Amino acid sequence: MDESVTGETTTQPATALLVLGCPQVPVQTSIALYLINRLKKAGIVPIVAGNKAANTLLVVADPDRHYLGEVMDLDRAVVQITEKKRDFDRCFVFIHNDAGVTYAGTMSAISKAKVYTIIYGEHYEDLQKQIDFPCTTIAAKAVHNPLPLKKALDEVAPWAA
Amino acid sequence: MGCVESMNYEIVLRDATFKESRDYIKKTYAEFRDVQPGFKIFDTHVIGLPPIAIGLDGDFVIFPFTKPCHGTFLLRVEDKEEAARLRALKK
Repeated sequence: MDESVTGETTTQPATALLVLGCPQVPVQTSIALYLINRLKKAGIVPIVAGNKAANTLLVVADPDRHYLGEVMDLDRAVVQITEKKRDFDRCFVFIHNDAGVTYAGTMSAISKAKVYTIIYGEHYEDLQKQIDFPCTTIAAKAVHNPLPLKKALDEVAPWAA
Repeated sequence: MGCVESMNYEIVLRDATFKESRDYIKKTYAEFRDVQPGFKIFDTHVIGLPPIAIGLDGDFVIFPFTKPCHGTFLLRVEDKEEAARLRALKK
């Protein structure tokens, strides 16, 4: 709670950082837009952080920004969190390779956010076994069809937590 | 980690998992330091699963560099001052 100049207390909306992985697995962009929509409906402000390709896929798909809000470079997000200039309430890390696990472990260590790992792709079970840090895992074998991952996400409903 | 890409580096290991990269440093280099994710090295914040091993070999620093689409590389960079700074860290 913050105090405004009029002395009234104001509540900042909750925030969620979506850490995108390499966009080579198609379901990432679809699930990211779906998750952004659910978060916004729940009053949570979503911020996307990815590399240029992952961010551009989203920006091109949503030119009028019906879903997307702030989009930032992933390296810049890491710098801001590490230097304590910024942090988030929730952090969703998209994982379909070892680099994704590495980024999720990093976020778990540097951020105070509640971390959710969203694991998908052909090797999702092997990747799940590598998670040894505190987080909530949402996982499904999904490559081209986003529905198994959407179902797993709906079961956890992190926007309602 | 833009500035790392402009450095004169040698790739020591590629196509390995982050944990394999950490094991490689600990097995290969007699001298190493463990740091936490976000630790600043060469003016960039290192990405990794804690603890992150940084190898030291004379004036060379060996450290992991992770990119979302390319995975983790172990890079070897010569920098006397950075090696001395890391060496001064507690083991």
